[in-house]
Formats: sequence, C-alpha cells, structure tokens
Amino acid sequence: MSDKAKDFFEAFKAGKMSRRELMAGAGKLGLSAAAANFLLNGAATRALAADFNWKKFSGEKLHLLLNKHPYADAMIADLANFKTLTGMDVTYDIFPEDVYFDKVTAALSSKSSQYDAFMTGAYMTWTYGPAGWIEDLNQWIKDPAKTNPNYNWDDVLPGLRASTAWNGVPGGELGSADAKQWCIPWGFELNSITYNRKMYDKVGVKPANNLPELVETAAKLTKDLGGPYGIGVRGSRSWATIHPGFLSGYANYGQKDFTVSDGKLKAAMNTPESKDYHKLWVKMIQESGPKNWSTYTWYQVGTDLGAGASATIFDADILGYFMDGGDNKEKGNLGFHAFAANPAAKAPTPNVWIWSLAMNAASKQKDAAWYFMQWASSTEHDMFGARKMDFVNPVRQSVWKDDEFRNRIEKSYNGYLQQYEASSPGARIYFTAQPLFFDVTTQWAETLQKMVAKQVPVDEGLDQLAASIDKQLKDAGLG
Amino acid sequence: MTAAAVKSHEAAPRRRKANLLPYFLSLPALLVCVGILIPFVTAIYYSLLRFRLNLPMLKGFIWFQNYIDFLTDATFWHTVRVSLLYTALTVGVELVFGLTIALLLQKPSRVNNVISVLLLLPLMTAPAIAALMWKLMTNPNFGVLSYFVQLLGVSNFKWASDPNTALFTVVLVDVWVYTPFIMILLLAGLRSLPQQPFEAAALDGVPRRFVFFRITLPMLMPYMVTAALFRLLDSIQQFDIIYPMTQGGPGDTLLVFQVRSYLEFYQYTNVGKSAALLIILWAITYALSNVFIKQWLRLRERARGLA
Repeated sequence: MSDKAKDFFEAFKAGKMSRRELMAGAGKLGLSAAAANFLLNGAATRALAADFNWKKFSGEKLHLLLNKHPYADAMIADLANFKTLTGMDVTYDIFPEDVYFDKVTAALSSKSSQYDAFMTGAYMTWTYGPAGWIEDLNQWIKDPAKTNPNYNWDDVLPGLRASTAWNGVPGGELGSADAKQWCIPWGFELNSITYNRKMYDKVGVKPANNLPELVETAAKLTKDLGGPYGIGVRGSRSWATIHPGFLSGYANYGQKDFTVSDGKLKAAMNTPESKDYHKLWVKMIQESGPKNWSTYTWYQVGTDLGAGASATIFDADILGYFMDGGDNKEKGNLGFHAFAANPAAKAPTPNVWIWSLAMNAASKQKDAAWYFMQWASSTEHDMFGARKMDFVNPVRQSVWKDDEFRNRIEKSYNGYLQQYEASSPGARIYFTAQPLFFDVTTQWAETLQKMVAKQVPVDEGLDQLAASIDKQLKDAGLG
Repeated sequence: MTAAAVKSHEAAPRRRKANLLPYFLSLPALLVCVGILIPFVTAIYYSLLRFRLNLPMLKGFIWFQNYIDFLTDATFWHTVRVSLLYTALTVGVELVFGLTIALLLQKPSRVNNVISVLLLLPLMTAPAIAALMWKLMTNPNFGVLSYFVQLLGVSNFKWASDPNTALFTVVLVDVWVYTPFIMILLLAGLRSLPQQPFEAAALDGVPRRFVFFRITLPMLMPYMVTAALFRLLDSIQQFDIIYPMTQGGPGDTLLVFQVRSYLEFYQYTNVGKSAALLIILWAITYALSNVFIKQWLRLRERARGLA
C-alpha cells in the first residue's frame, strides 16, 4: 500500500472524513471496493493497536474450537488482521453443529488444554461453569492491564451481557451483581415470525399478531395453498425445540419454567395458563405443521421456508435472514414480523440464543486467549462482520447504529430492521438458570412430541412432566 | 563337577526361558484384556457413584442407588422392552431375508457371484449415513419412498415421525444395512456343507421341503446362530441408526439403551447414570450371549453327528 493510501485510511479512522468521502477517494486512488475494505479494516486494526500492547504475546499459538457458522466464517475472514496485530498464530478446528457440543463436552471434561477458547451458547455455560471447565471472564474484562481501553464492554447489548452471566446458584438471576461472566456474547438471534410474502398475498392473509391468530392463519394457509404447510417450528427430541419460538411465546403469556422459593426450584409447566398455551401450540402443529415435525431441527425449519415448502416460521430471525438470501428458491420473497404470542401482551418477549466465546479453564495461555477473545468481540471486528459478512445479529449497540450496516439490511431484507427494533427491547433468556437445563428441556420436548402424537392429553402430560422434573430436582438437591 | 551336572547347569536357563515363553506370547492378549478391563472396572465404579460433571459437589458413593432408581422407573422398563423388541425384530427379519437370499444364490455361477457382491453394498455404507439417506427418502414432502407409498394409496404416512410407525422405519433401515451380513455368512455356510447327505437324499427321491427342514436347516444352524449372535450383540447396542433418525423419539418411543446412555452422558453430564445403564446393558448382552453360545455348541455337536 502506498503511503498516500495508508494516510487516507488513517484519516478516516481518525474521524477526519466520512465513509462516503473515503470510498470516493479510494476510487480515485484506483482501489477496488474489496481492496478498500481490506485496507479499511487494516486501518481499524492499527487504530485498535494505538493504546494497548497487542504484541505482548507475539509468537504464541492459540487453538480454537469452532462451530460451522457464518459468525465463524466472518472471524476467519478477518483473522489475518488479528495475526498482524498481535504477532500470534491462530489455528482452529471446525465441527458441524450436530456434533459440535459433544466435541466441546469431550474436550472440556477431559481437562484437555488442546483448545484455548471455543464457541458456546449461554445455556451450555450452566453446565460448563459449575463443572469448573471455563473461566469467569470478569477477571480479564475488569483488568485494564489485560483489556484494550477501547474495548467498551458496555457497548455490548445489556440483555446479552446479563444473559451470559450467572452466579452459579440454581435459579439465580442472570446478570446479578455477583454473577460470573462465563462467556462473551459474539452474535445472537431472537425469535420472531418470518413469512413468505407471496404466499400470504396469494391467500390474502396478513402476518398474525398473536398465537390464536397464528393458529388460524397457519390453518388457512395450509388449506388454501394446497401444498406448502402453514407454520414451521422445531420438533426434535431436544432442548433446541423448546428454546426458540415455543419459549418466546410461553414467556409472552407470563409463564415460567420454574418457581424459586427459599433457594429451591419447583417445576411450573403445569399451571392452567401454561396448559392453555400448550394446547394452542399443539393444535397449531397438528393442523398446520410439517408432517414429520418430530424430526425437525432449525435446519429443516429453515430450508422448508427457503424452498417454499412452508409459508411461515416462528424461529430465529437470522434463520429467516439466511433463507431470504443465498441460492434459496424464495430469496427476496420473505418478510419479517415481530411477534407477541399473548393477545394481552404489550410487546414481544423473544427468548435469545447467543453464540458466545468462552475460555477453557485448562488452557495454558489464558491471557493470550483473552487477547483473541477481546479482538473477536471488539467493535472493529463486529463492524467488519456486520458490514461485509453475514454477522447478524451483531451484539454491539454501536454497530446497530451504523448507517452502512443498516442500509445494507434495509435494502435487502424487507422489514428485518423493524422486526428487530420491535423485538429487541424484550429480548433476553427466559429460562431459569439451573444445572438440569438439558434434562428438563429434553424431557419437555419429549412431552410435546407425545402431545402432538396424541399419546397423552396436554393436561395429563404436563402434570407428569412437572412431577418427573420435581423428582429429578429433589434427587439433585435442587428441589 | 561331573559332565551330567554341567549339562544340567546349562539346561536350567534354557528351561527358565521355555517357562517364560508362554507368558511372553500371551502378553499382547493380556494387554488387550487390560485395555478392556480398565474401562469396564471404571464404569462399574462410576455406576456406584452419584456423579454429575456439572454438580461436582454432589459426587459421592451411593452403592446401587443408580440401579435401584432405574429398576423402579417405568421409563427404564420401556427402554428394556424397546431394546429387546428392536433386537428381536431386526435379528429375526434379517435371518429370514439373509437365509432366503443365500439359498437363492447358493449355486455358484457368474451371475450369482455378481449379485452377491452387489448385495453387499449396503453393508459398506456407514449406518449413520444410511440413516440420513433413509431420513431423506422417507421425508413426507419430497422423499421418494413417501411418493411410492402415496402411489399405493397410503396418505399421510409419517415413517419415523409417528410413534406407531417409528419402530418399523428404523427396523427397515437396519434390515437394509445388515441383511447382507447375514446373507454372506449363510452363503459361505451353505457352500461349505458336506454334499453326501444331499446326494443320498437325491438318490432316495426325498422331497425338497423335507431336505430343507431336515438336512439343510439343521446343518446350517451353527452358522445361523453365529450370524444371529453377531447381529444380536450389535442390535441391542443400536445407536447409529436410531439417533440420527429420531433421537429416541417420537416421545420416548425409541429410547433404547445406547441412546439413553449417550444422552445421560453428553447432554446431562450424568456419568453415574450413564455408566449404570451401560453396565445393565452389558449384563443383558452377556446373558443373551451365553444362551446363544451354549445353543451354538449344542448345535455344532449335532451337526457333526449329522455329517
């Protein structure tokens, strides 16, 4: 790069010119858009290096465990900048999601130091944290000697910071003052409606505003479209069936998974209100869901929407985002809609899934690993991912205010920003943090399957579920 | 020192060497045995603990409580029932199909040899891949098998998604993958049977049905028991077809031992319960294997008598 071009990008980072002026100037210097973006990120990297000794661990080598995901792709695309910035080398193993968490469990439980940092979800840290497999990151975040002064932790959406922090007490409030920061939010998804606008126009319906309406709309779509089914939701025998649309709607009806009294947990899935909600949900799937619903993971839910096999999904907003692009048959035909399941609710309450970064407690180079983690969750990298890659949804407030990112989304994804803005104020984790999370949610999914298959009536199924969970809590000393 | 004494003195180290030789020769087997026994004994030890990785403070020796918990839990007996049913169905159907195909291919010819090689192809497919393949083929939206079933007038057939047809579907996949295994063992058995009894029966004009039930089947029985034993050991530990297709569902329809044990460890990090389940599975497998082996020895003797 010539000195002239370099100075040009440094001036932009110093705030002396607008992005439009920068790109116009870069064009005059004969730089392509791709080259300009790379140079811009290089300038961002140098700006990042200004007030902090990023070279402290130069020569060290980090090894990461990653899930195959657009967030990981965005990080890998920008990784050369981290290597330049720090002089560290970074290698990684990538696994598909089907086996990813088994690999993480195996690696962490063996106390292997093979991986220094890894991708995780917040729910998983409710297992990894109490087991002593991961570090409380507060000790790095709050240490100015170890954290870049421009890191701006407070810029990360408050609901996400809180959702990834837990004090380890079963039933303890997420984000409480004594909470440990088990992981750093990296990218996240909230749950809302994504629908096929062409199919909706054809049938003459509008996106539903609440669950009773959704049940009716989905039934009409199934009947009138003569092929595609009305509503796609997850159904596999897994925790992953409970956390997206299902729990978002459940929380919107004011329902909880547990009540906590004197430090003891009690299952709360069998209240009359919960039973009513379950009946609606089960009816919706029986009337308008996919025929093989009990095998549906996020993958089938998403691909059916993208292929035009379903008219609506109540799932992760980013799943709709990805199905509205790429090579999907229904690319450009999808619309996004914030959804409050309860007709009496004032706003949506989407449960969130947060892809995060955590640190292996057995790592032998934790400070160096933290350098990577703070870089990967920095504003600069988040901005790069949001503008240039598919790093949606970004976790930093400043990125959501960025015009380039907003214009890009606004232009290509109809109603996505509006959906996000209506949904995000209520977006957080609505589960009670406790160590039996996977036992409970897997059994909950199993019960839902039995209800949909009419093996057990809803009322009876929920009573059995609550009794079984109470017994497990008691056995584990939690109930 | 006499010559005899010198000879005896020289022979002593040689005898010691000869005495040690069997131990050296059995060392590899001993190492393999230790490699198996260490995890086995560890699993027994874990099964006697309350041991969840995410609740380390609760770790403690509870003797047989994990076993008692299972034996008094209705869902555990469902697991036993569905595991045994799956095993009985797969082994039974595969034996019938394997034997039928082996009989059809018994006479060596170029065509039969080509067919027997082609029929082995499913066995070359990893069961987990076969399960995913069948999952696609049975998809009600675009699956080719769903399409054929619809042509036959059966609508809304949900395959592995319906509790009423889930077992049928996974048994079907198992039969597709493993029937060739039985077929090839029985084919080898059929072709190695002594010809004299068959020639004598042909000379006497014995009906073919009589030959099959009174000569072929009894002589083939040791091979059938061997094939069934191999399949039984594998079927009762089934994981790689059931988990990718259903994860043990719908509901708890296909929650067999291995799937349940896998979930206990990898999802719930409950090492104690997972180990207890596997020890119970080992006990069942051991008991069934013993029955089969005794039967096999008895049949082998009988077959020798026949020959």
